[in-house]
Amino acid sequence: MPPPAKQPNVRVVTLNIDGRDLSAREDETIIEVCRENQIPIPSLCYLDGLSVWGACRLCLVELAGQGRLLAACSTRVAEGMQILTNTEKLQRYRRTIVELLFAERNHVCSVCVSNGHCELQYLAQKCGVDHVRVPYRQVAYPVDSSHEMFRLDHDRCILCTRCVRVCDEIEGAHTWDVMGRGSDCRVITDMAQPWGESDTCTSCGKCVQVCPTGALVKQGTSVGEMVKDQHFLPILARRRHAQ
Amino acid sequence: MNLDDLADLAEQYRAADAGVEREVRVCLAASCQSSGALPVFDALTAELGKERPACKVKGVGCMGLCSAGPLVSIAEKDSTLEDSVLYRDVAPEDAGDIIASLDGPPVERLRCPTDQPFFARQQKIVLENAGIIDPDSFKSYVAVGGYAALVRALSEMTPADVLREVTISGLRGRGGGGYPTGLKWSTVAKMPATQKYVICNADEGDPGAFMDRAILESDPHRVLEGMAIAAYAIGANKAYVYVRAEYPLAVERLQTAIRKAKRSGFLGNKIADTQFSLEVEIRLGAGAFVCGEETALMASIEGLRGQPRPRPPYPAESGLWGHPTLINNVETFANIAPIVREGGDWFAAIGTERSKGTKVFALAGTITNTGLIEVPMGTSLRDIIEVIGGGIPGGKAFKAVQTGGPSGGCIPSQHLDIAVDYDSLKTLGTMMGSGGMIVMDETSSMVDVARYFMEFCMTESCGKCIPCRAGTQQMHSILDRLAKSQATRAELALLEELCEVVQATSLCGLGQTAPNPVLSTMRYFRDEYEAKLGDA
Repeated sequence: MPPPAKQPNVRVVTLNIDGRDLSAREDETIIEVCRENQIPIPSLCYLDGLSVWGACRLCLVELAGQGRLLAACSTRVAEGMQILTNTEKLQRYRRTIVELLFAERNHVCSVCVSNGHCELQYLAQKCGVDHVRVPYRQVAYPVDSSHEMFRLDHDRCILCTRCVRVCDEIEGAHTWDVMGRGSDCRVITDMAQPWGESDTCTSCGKCVQVCPTGALVKQGTSVGEMVKDQHFLPILARRRHAQ
Repeated sequence: MNLDDLADLAEQYRAADAGVEREVRVCLAASCQSSGALPVFDALTAELGKERPACKVKGVGCMGLCSAGPLVSIAEKDSTLEDSVLYRDVAPEDAGDIIASLDGPPVERLRCPTDQPFFARQQKIVLENAGIIDPDSFKSYVAVGGYAALVRALSEMTPADVLREVTISGLRGRGGGGYPTGLKWSTVAKMPATQKYVICNADEGDPGAFMDRAILESDPHRVLEGMAIAAYAIGANKAYVYVRAEYPLAVERLQTAIRKAKRSGFLGNKIADTQFSLEVEIRLGAGAFVCGEETALMASIEGLRGQPRPRPPYPAESGLWGHPTLINNVETFANIAPIVREGGDWFAAIGTERSKGTKVFALAGTITNTGLIEVPMGTSLRDIIEVIGGGIPGGKAFKAVQTGGPSGGCIPSQHLDIAVDYDSLKTLGTMMGSGGMIVMDETSSMVDVARYFMEFCMTESCGKCIPCRAGTQQMHSILDRLAKSQATRAELALLEELCEVVQATSLCGLGQTAPNPVLSTMRYFRDEYEAKLGDA
């Protein structure tokens, strides 16, 4: 007689996303299941390997029987969930959110070093943002070029805090943080001193690679030249997790 | 310690004051202090001198009618506010007349009738001791039966008994959401954890709301007692009171209360000689409205940036430092001692079908009687504003009342007869909120009102999620242009669209409810928006 089966700690559930029946471990989030099954869900703050932030609100999905929209990055799957990821309403909301981002700071793609390799630009195209209905705020933001290898342009920052999280969680330096509130928020290094004078920065460049826009870039790059590589992140995160 | 021991203690405290027959009670809560109650208190104390041992000048908490402050009441010992002689707008020069009148007829020129509806129509549970006891005196609270509910819970009830009474009472969270308190408590109680926390949310930030401040300034021990009972019921041994630093007097009185309760064995280790212990600590908010949101509040207590995180997990499952946490509002905790004392059924008999008990409201704006009232749930808005509040001063006409602060909406005159409870306000597109009521007369422009609240939300947005951070700013700029008669019809349509997006997509309650003042003023006063259009 075989020994009795050991009950696993994590159960497997089945759920339905956009009409497709899928299986998932119950400790997975909706966005992980969607990525695994090539169901496109837009997101800016979410990044595989970093902690969940839940701030960009682009990954909101509709759940049957629930009036409120749920963020796919921070919602765990459950048995029998019926999820819609791309309804007309969601498309409208996503488009408006991307427009709000474009109007908030100075995202001028044609002169941006990340032109053509920018996640915000890509999402805008995906969400059908052919023009922005809200007025541009036209506020001047500073550029910090004090670091010998990298540059920070607040004009392009969308405050997704990927840099803050990767620096804290992966590199362990916690050079980055956010100061101010509301639209006065900005990312800072150490105690809001120039990046080049930061005592804690290890110049590892992880923040630059995870930045979705042209806010954090390598020095010396010109228009369209800044291509980012984020492949290191999930590998690093998994290896660390396995230890 | 059992209930008899506590009764003996209370008797002992009362005996120490046995010689005093009449009390001159001076309101020393923040609003009366700001209109000069401290010099009045000193003048009365000096005038009374030492010749009259049967009389005593006593600093007390809020008596409610803040617009008439400084308030002084002359009362027989242990009598309520309604049975006392109340004086309004008292100045230090009046001290002589007031003390002289102790043996004779009252000073008519200062008299404020206590049989007027403002006092007569109230039903006090939360504020039962406010204006009667000295908030800085532990003895004063015990003498009127304080801590009896805690001792009763610890000596005669199991945690399950306490949970049952609170559930039966039908009490719902007084912070705004109206979540059933019994359900919240039993959820935390069921969490298998060795470390749990209790938090009292006293970060009252709505413009025009001052209920929690008045409760903390008038009867701080009642809140501590409620927290201790909650901690016993859910199995917590550590509690925090998160108070905004803008309430220095409330913080001071709370600190005094914690110190005295601890010294007398009603907080700290082995409370009332049982195995139950509770440490209570105060944390001060640094001036961010968003820290009233529970997840932001907990981040702030942990020493992190005060910004919300996605829920679930709810605090009941993963709260402070990841431990199960019970978080309730000041007024919710203030209701607990009476519920344990009188029983859940007693409480459930007050109020409406789905909203039980009483509610404290702060009346502000263009209303005759500005101040604090406590009425049963289900009291009509007309009663609150026209009868208790005394209507609009200066012969102006009533236009609307804003409830729920920047998260709520306005209610116009055609809905004044609605019985106020959590659900009825929701059907009108507003919410109970913490209980602030801002009354507006015919001279108020509703576009200005919407712009004011939007500006509040914009400056108080933490900046974490995009819809709230950038959306409130765009909405504010459209409202600003509207108020200046510069906006176009297309911008008005855009405003409505932004309202929908921000409401549906924001991360926390602040953003989700930020469009409410705009939506509700648009619903009832659309014509004012139309009239303000630049291209009309």
